[in-house]
Parts: sequence; structure tokens; C-alpha cells
Amino acid sequence: MSGPRGVTRSADPDEPYRVLSVDGAGPPSVEPSELGLKDEDLRELYRQMVRVRRADLEATALQRQGELAVYPPLIGQEAAQVGSAFALEREDYIFPSYRELGAAVVRGVDLVEYLHFYRATWHGGTYDPNEHRFGMVSVPVGSQALHAVGYAMGMRKDGRPEIAVAYFGDGATSEGDLHEAWNFAAVFGAPVVFFCQNNQWAISVPLARQTVAPIWRKADAYGFPGVRVDGNDVLAVYQVTKEAAERARTEHVPTLIEALTYRLGPHSTADDAGRYQPKEQAEEWRGRDPLPRYERFLREAGLVDDELVAAAEADAKEFGRRMRDGVIASDPRPLPELFEWVFGGELPPALARQRDGLLREAGSSEGEG
Amino acid sequence: MADVTMVQALNRALRDSLADDDRMLLFGEDIGKLGGVFRVTDGLQDEFGEERVFDTPLAEAGIAGVAVGLSIAGWRPVVEMQFDGFSYPALDQVISHVAKYRNRSRGRQPMRMVVRVPFAGGYGGAEHHNDSPETYYAHTAGLKVVIPSAPLDAYSLLRASIADDDPVVFLEPKSRYWAKESGELPSDGEPIGRARAVRDGDACTIVAYGAMVARSLAAAKRLAGEGLECRVLDLRSLVPLDVEALGRAVRETGRAVVVHEAPLTLGFGAEVAARIMEEAFDHLEAPVARVAGYDIPYPPATLEQHYVPTAERIARAVRRTVEY
Repeated sequence: MSGPRGVTRSADPDEPYRVLSVDGAGPPSVEPSELGLKDEDLRELYRQMVRVRRADLEATALQRQGELAVYPPLIGQEAAQVGSAFALEREDYIFPSYRELGAAVVRGVDLVEYLHFYRATWHGGTYDPNEHRFGMVSVPVGSQALHAVGYAMGMRKDGRPEIAVAYFGDGATSEGDLHEAWNFAAVFGAPVVFFCQNNQWAISVPLARQTVAPIWRKADAYGFPGVRVDGNDVLAVYQVTKEAAERARTEHVPTLIEALTYRLGPHSTADDAGRYQPKEQAEEWRGRDPLPRYERFLREAGLVDDELVAAAEADAKEFGRRMRDGVIASDPRPLPELFEWVFGGELPPALARQRDGLLREAGSSEGEG
Repeated sequence: MADVTMVQALNRALRDSLADDDRMLLFGEDIGKLGGVFRVTDGLQDEFGEERVFDTPLAEAGIAGVAVGLSIAGWRPVVEMQFDGFSYPALDQVISHVAKYRNRSRGRQPMRMVVRVPFAGGYGGAEHHNDSPETYYAHTAGLKVVIPSAPLDAYSLLRASIADDDPVVFLEPKSRYWAKESGELPSDGEPIGRARAVRDGDACTIVAYGAMVARSLAAAKRLAGEGLECRVLDLRSLVPLDVEALGRAVRETGRAVVVHEAPLTLGFGAEVAARIMEEAFDHLEAPVARVAGYDIPYPPATLEQHYVPTAERIARAVRRTVEY
């Protein structure tokens, strides 16, 4: 279906746009080949989702075992993250929040380096954001959306084809930064995609306490298209993100995508979702798990069989094992690093004295030990 | 060059930096056609075009936040917060991202940018137009905080701030915007982080920055008539703080008075006093005195002359310190 200016939406635009049926059975509403997806791409999407599921569960387990300080699970949001990140060009720049391990996997970010953030060994992790075009983990909710807009403005000024994508959740749409980001993007024609994973919960506060208007409709007030997509339908997410990215790239028109999904886990490992998430609601969404849904489609289309599924699971297991071993083997960073990158160039002398004092103190207490 | 005001010197600094570095951008509220409410950016949009010098929506967090993204994209943003009291919506971006991105990315992604803020009172401004927010910024690791006191120095400090690889909060004392100085604009100034003695003397060191430097000089002149020759030290940057120059001046004069317009409690004077004790305690002949604003909201213009330290208040503090 097409809406204004070639925006793909459902006939009733408040209904999330779907390519797969709700349980993955039957034919898709659009042939994947029409979306530019080859059979191998379709299998790769599946492999990535299985990897993400495994890595995410493994990270949660690592926290339970005391190997991570905290971890915000993304279980249930694999299709939203993998489908959207997969739709981007390699040079497009992702500005994530703190729950985007799935997008990081697609970007090839080393998860051991990524998880340094959650192992409390380095704020932001130790990966190179510019190499992977995957910005630093951004914790102040919604603040990264403005960075995406600024980056996109910069690309446009340079006449470059790259776009920026801001990832954020439903809670972030209540923050002033999102309002300013949407408005700047529209005013400056910034080539940016706003990818909102509406997982229904901002820690314990439900969507109804964040907004009355559907999130996707807010785009209209800023003067660019909004789309509501089934966030558990990896092909639909891929399609609307691809279209939004091209609209940004070629027309300098931002898009707000609201991917309807659900946080099947807690906000973070420090949280207890059982205190506030209605059981029936969580159960209902567990039945809409994006992985079995996509697998069913692939099986019916003859694209995967037991052997391929087993291979994807074995690959994910190995992927998770390497991540796990790497995390457990990683030590706290050397103490002098705390001072190394606060400023560029030489440390101001007064700060160098603080560093030297700390190192002396740490050295002598080690001696005492 | 004939007389130049601080506004003109800052305008020249922006113009020369825009000409030297084609990655530099200038943006904020009313800085384009209008040239800024204080005309600091006058004529720059005409000269460098709307791609590099542009107005933004009225949104300070947005200005600081997109500057972060532009910096990641390889640009060098120089942004203006229209007034001190309107800079607070941007604090989250400045504290959480501008100050920390270099450290968070292990040096891979510096935040090359300058946040210019016309600051402080003493010029008859309405509420929210007179604040002295310097300690908020100075207390945030990763930011440099630079404050000029006079036109020629303002030129070289702003140029050095723009060229710096760290984010600089550049606070411009509004009440000195129209003060004149004659001389050549320095072609290459000192790096950020060095204080300078703007008057020599051995009776007492008066430590100041921004608009309080001129008032301290006026106090010193008054005191010279009484036979007290004071040294006046212009800090020029609060971060990095020139601890060495501070220690040296106080070791040589044995007495210190620190002056700022911001409220007394937890003002930058507290830091200066502590540093002086660490650096020169054995040389002190008297306790370090502070002359500052009061711990009250900045007063309305008809009473502000009682709030902002005057030459007489500064001189009185020096006399007490010398007589101690």
C-alpha cells in the first residue's frame, strides 16, 4: 500500500503495516524480491535474529552470574532492530540508545567491546564508533536523536549520500530533545530516519502515560511522514526503513517510524517487570515472538529447513560462546586511562598532579595488599 | 588599529576563523541577518553564506545537540546561546555529551566546538539576562571555560578556543562588550590556560576574570593613590586554571583578594582561595578575601549596583587584607 509521497502504510494507517501474517503463515503481502531481498538475504536476516536472541539471553545470564554490572534486554525486539539496521547502507550512521545490541550485531560491532559498557569497564564500550558507524551508547533518554540530526545536517552540507538513523523508545518521545530533533530535522531538511521502538513500557510506565496521540502521527505536526509498522515483522520493518532511508538520501525528507513491539524482558536486569506488566499482556506478546513467526514464513517458502535452522542455532551458540568467553576474560581497564581522554593534548598540570597522586596512592595500596 | 570594542574584536575573531577554517560553522538564534542581539556576528552571514552561518529554531538543547552531531560529522560548530539565563536548556547536552564524548570514545571522537554565552550583569538587563553560570561549566570535567576581560585579548582567546580540540565554553562579559581598547589584534595569542598580570604591584594580588578585571583595575588605581600597589591577575580561563601563576603571584605579594560577580557561596573564588592555600600557604600574611555577588537571585536593574562588586568594595577588601 502507498500513502502520501510514496510512503508505504496500511490502508488504515493506525494499523501497523505488515508484510508477514501475524503468525508467519501463508504468503507475504509483498514478494521479498520486490523489496530487493534475495533468498540469501532472507536467510541472513534469520541468522542475525537468531544470533541477536542468543547474545541477548547470554548477556542477561552474564549479569545474573555477576559478570556484567547491569544489562537492558531487548528480547522481543529482534525483528525491529535487525530489520531496520539491515536496511541501511554500510556508511549510514546509527545513533543508538542503550538497548540496541541487535543493531550493533548487524553492524559487526564486537560485542565484547560493546559490553564493556555493561561490565562497567568503560563508559560507552571500547569499540570505535566511527569505524562501525555506530555511535556511543547513549543513556540520557532521547538525547542521541539530536546527534543524529546534526550528523545528517553535516552530511547534507558535504553533499554526501550518507544518512543518520536515531534509535529510541516510546518513553523518549516524551522528552523535549525529541521534539527539538524532529523540528530541526524538518526545518533543515536533514537526511535522517527516526526509528522508534514502541515496546509499550518505559521502565514501569505504560505508553498511555507517555502520550495520547499515536507516536507515528506526531510526524505530521513537524511536516514529514510517519509510519506505523509491525515491529515484530522483520520484512515490514526492513521495507519501511529502506524506503525512509532512500527518502532521506534522495529527497532530504526525514521519516518517523513507529515500530510496534513489546519488551518481553525487564527494563534492565535491575528491574522486575512482574510488578507492573499485566501477565496476560506479556503472554499475548510472547505469542507474537518475531523469531518463530519469521521462521514459519521461511519454512513455508522453502528457504530454510531443519538443517538450516540447526546450523543457524549452532552459529548463534558459537557467537554467544565467544562473546561470553571474551567478557569473562576482560579485566578492568588500566587506572591511568581514567585521565587519558578527558582532554586532548597534554593534561593541564593541575590535573596531571591529581592523576599522579591517584597512581601513587593506588601503587602504595597495592604494595600494602 | 584604532579603538576596538570587544564586540568588534569578537566579530573579527569569528570572521578570521571562518576564513581560515572552512569546516567551521556558526549558528544560534538571531545570529544571521540580525547579526546577534549584541551584533557579535554582524555581517558574517553575508560574507560566508547561509550554509556556514545560520539561524536555528529557538531551542537551546537542539543547538547544542546538533552541534554534537555536526562535530561527529567533521564540522567545527561555534554556537551562540543568546543569554546566560537561556543557556540552561542546553545543559544536559553540554554536560552529558559535549563534555564526555571524547572520554567515552577513548579519544576517538573529540568534540571540537565552542559554546559562546554572553554572560553576567552590570548593564541594566531584565531577569534571566544577568546570570554568571561559570561554575556549572567549570565543575564539569571535559569542558574548558574561557572568559575574556578586554577586546584585544578577547580576539586571541576566541581564536584559540575555536582552534582548540576540546569543547570550550566561552563566556563573554556583556558589560564589557562596548569597552574600547586600542592596539593591534594579536596575530597569534597565547594558548588557553595562562593567566596574565594586567597590573603589577606587591601589596596584594587581586584575582579576577571577565568584567571584574576592569573593576579590580579601578580599585587598584584608587589604592595606588593611598600608596598600595596591587597586582591584578586576570585568570582568562577557569579551566584549565593557571595554578602556577596564581601561586607565584601570591608568593610574591603575600596577600590575595578574589573577585567575581557570581554568588559568593561555592563561587569560583572558593576554588581560587583553596588553591592559593595549597600553593602558597606559608607566604600568606592574611586570609584570602572574597568579594562577590550575594547568595540571592540576581537583582533587578535598579538595585544591581549594590550586587555587582564595585571598585570601592574591592578596595575595601584589599585594605582589610593589608591591615590584617
